[in-house]
Amino acid sequence: MGKGMSDNIIISVKGISKSFGGLKALMDVSFDVRAGEIYGIIGPNGSGKTTLINCITGFIKPNAGHVSFKGHDITNLPPHKIAHMGIARTFQIMRPYYSLPAFKNLIVPLWSPRARKAGGWRGGGKHGDRDTVAVDILEEIGFERDSRVPYKLASTLPTGYQKRLELARCIALRPEIIFCDEVFSGLSMSEIASMLPLIEKLKMDGITLIMVEHRLRELFRVADRVMALNFGEKIAEGNYSEVIEDKRVKEAYLGSEEV
Amino acid sequence: MEMMRKERIDRGIKVRTEGIYAISSYREILYLMGPRLLLIVGVLVLPLFLELAPYWKRVINIMFVYSLLALAFDFLANYVGLVCLGGAFFVGVGGYLSAIFNVYLHFPIYVSIPLATILGAVFCTLTVLPCLPLRGVYFAIVTLMYPLLATRVIEALNILGGTNGITGVASFPHEYAEQYIIIIFMLLCLFGMRRFVNQDIGLVIRGVKDNDQAVRASGISITYMKTLAVFIASFMCCFGGAYIAHLYMWAGLSLFALDFSIIPIASVVIGGGGTLVGAVIGSFILVPLSEFLRFFGTFRIVIYCVALTAFIVLKSEGLMVYLQRKYHQFERWVKV
Repeated sequence: MGKGMSDNIIISVKGISKSFGGLKALMDVSFDVRAGEIYGIIGPNGSGKTTLINCITGFIKPNAGHVSFKGHDITNLPPHKIAHMGIARTFQIMRPYYSLPAFKNLIVPLWSPRARKAGGWRGGGKHGDRDTVAVDILEEIGFERDSRVPYKLASTLPTGYQKRLELARCIALRPEIIFCDEVFSGLSMSEIASMLPLIEKLKMDGITLIMVEHRLRELFRVADRVMALNFGEKIAEGNYSEVIEDKRVKEAYLGSEEV
Repeated sequence: MEMMRKERIDRGIKVRTEGIYAISSYREILYLMGPRLLLIVGVLVLPLFLELAPYWKRVINIMFVYSLLALAFDFLANYVGLVCLGGAFFVGVGGYLSAIFNVYLHFPIYVSIPLATILGAVFCTLTVLPCLPLRGVYFAIVTLMYPLLATRVIEALNILGGTNGITGVASFPHEYAEQYIIIIFMLLCLFGMRRFVNQDIGLVIRGVKDNDQAVRASGISITYMKTLAVFIASFMCCFGGAYIAHLYMWAGLSLFALDFSIIPIASVVIGGGGTLVGAVIGSFILVPLSEFLRFFGTFRIVIYCVALTAFIVLKSEGLMVYLQRKYHQFERWVKV
């Protein structure tokens, strides 16, 4: 990475804290993500990974701390304004628009003010155009165009396709950052193997990815840097080997040696 | 023992008419147009037949108003996910506004009805706005309070004629005008709504029902989408209210009667939720049935309930869903 890159911080999280009643879900978590990198967030169950994403994308209001995106404070904005600025996210629990066919699922982000403003081959245009664009995006993400899969009802799709659909919904928004909340969970090894090139392709397109993940081996194949959370606290940050060798990360995953 | 299973397959003609081949022959065209034409022509010639039974004219007019309300309820409940029991409130607002414009401000009828429809829809949308973040049964209960609240406010403050209501509202110039205004408006709303829910913006509104969080994550304000939906629904209901006020030449507290909230729901249940046309057909059955049962005196409510219960138990999917399935698909038994 060049010297200029290190200053190119796209999203900066400072001292986020969140508690639900007596439970402290996040305690003073800070990190910066550079434009164009893949940043992983790992941690055991209940360590606050999804809460962190919810705080950044506006679905939950943090008790303290700030999030700034390209120099703008976005801490207390509603979710749709944050998405409008170019921050997309997937949901851990897949919930496509069940009553619509797969490609019609993408009409929602394509209709959004951001996508319509972006225009071009992915944005606005007439009714028919948006359908074509939707199928194009689905093909790009691994729905075979000539099969019936893009036209099937979203509720009848297998898990692998539903995960891709979540990601496609993000891409259709033409985002600058995508928060992926466990896109690999529930997928078979071969399905993950076909997802990895997709992730790398998004990176090549200049999209910053922040991936929350349980599947460490797969994550480490694509992530540039990783942060580890445990009980709502940041316990390590760095590249693959630094994090995996960290004593506190080992303890969080394997338990400490002295009982 | 051989196991048999029922299999449903789309009719060949249904598949053919999905693409450009829909215009390949009269048979295909008729397959698509037939049911629609049957409904359109049927309701358009209905007033001519009613010359034979003048007593039923008033009932049929009210029936079309109920079909508008049912259409609005079906749209809000099955396409937006808002179960709205405030239909009576919308009707009352439309009716009272039209009466105010006509009696107090002396606007002619062809100004007061459109004005009451538009301004009424704006007013209704603004008053429902605070409860839009609510979902499911909570939204239903709060909207149920609106007509009750409006009744009490008018009673307590003794405004707008108090319990006597506003009398002397102008009637329609001609009997056929009276009938065809509501028929044509209902047809426009029905086919307009069918088109609307399949437009891109309609798909976004349906997205709000399926998964509102994902719609927000797509950079779209769900409050805006819900506001738009409530405006459309209350627009239809306010027209119905304004129409009733001019039909009865009177706007009173009975415009806020819960019948206007409840009967549309029963119509949607009978007709089949989410089909739009089912809501209309449902009220075509329920309202005349209710009138017909007057013959039985107070016993009619029992028969009415039995009929409704039988429908829900035997055909819970709704009449229209059943008919559409029979029209588009055939069934056969196959070995497992």
